[in-house]
Amino acid sequence: MAQVKTYVRPMRGWWRRNPYFVRYMIREGSSVFLAIYALILLVGLWRLSQGQAAWDAWRAALTSPISLLFHWLALLTVGYHAYTWWKVAPKTAPDLRLAGRPLPEMVITGGGWLATLGASALIYIIVRWM
Amino acid sequence: MKRSHEPIFWSLFGAGGVLSALVAPILIFITGIIAPIGLWMPEQALAYSRVLDFAQHWLGKLLLLAVISLFLFHAVHRIYHGLHDLGVHAGTGAMVVAYGSALAGTLIAAYLLLAIGF
Repeated sequence: MAQVKTYVRPMRGWWRRNPYFVRYMIREGSSVFLAIYALILLVGLWRLSQGQAAWDAWRAALTSPISLLFHWLALLTVGYHAYTWWKVAPKTAPDLRLAGRPLPEMVITGGGWLATLGASALIYIIVRWM
Repeated sequence: MKRSHEPIFWSLFGAGGVLSALVAPILIFITGIIAPIGLWMPEQALAYSRVLDFAQHWLGKLLLLAVISLFLFHAVHRIYHGLHDLGVHAGTGAMVVAYGSALAGTLIAAYLLLAIGF
């Protein structure tokens, strides 16, 4: 029996056709960097459990150019994830109301961005000075 | 109708999304960039004895486990669903690998935190 030849629109590279989809793919792609970062921390925990020499070797490995490059890319993509996470929060969060009115979107998004800044400052202060 | 397991994975994805939006950029910046190059972060900030003290404290253990586990569950959820966007129509096997690896990472982290002691 002859194969029916139906035209199927090619989908390869679909996300490169529109800047909106490119941003979508960067956001989703940040998860690859986040997963690798979590694994780097997991290895660090393993090395910590092995003693000082192993921990110092883990720290030394993080000074390599490839590690620094990875962490810069991870910072950019995961930072973009943080930006977008709060940006869509008004749509994904439970219905938040104040005195019967829905909270304005900018309050939720802005509150999220401020929370990230606050948490970042707090962690920096604790790690550096406490 | 069979109950969906999606709510469980979506909750873990959401929790990991919130936690990573709050703390992942600064953690990456500190542990991966400024501490290794010694800029704005003294050498002893991540010294063995100091990090060990943190990992031996119950609160430190909880934070480390939450960061590693929820980052992983958040990431594998996005990677698993992202396969479709890349034209890979992943089945149950990919799902087991994705969430299974996040679970494995969680269990390994929990084991190491217990092995490190109190």
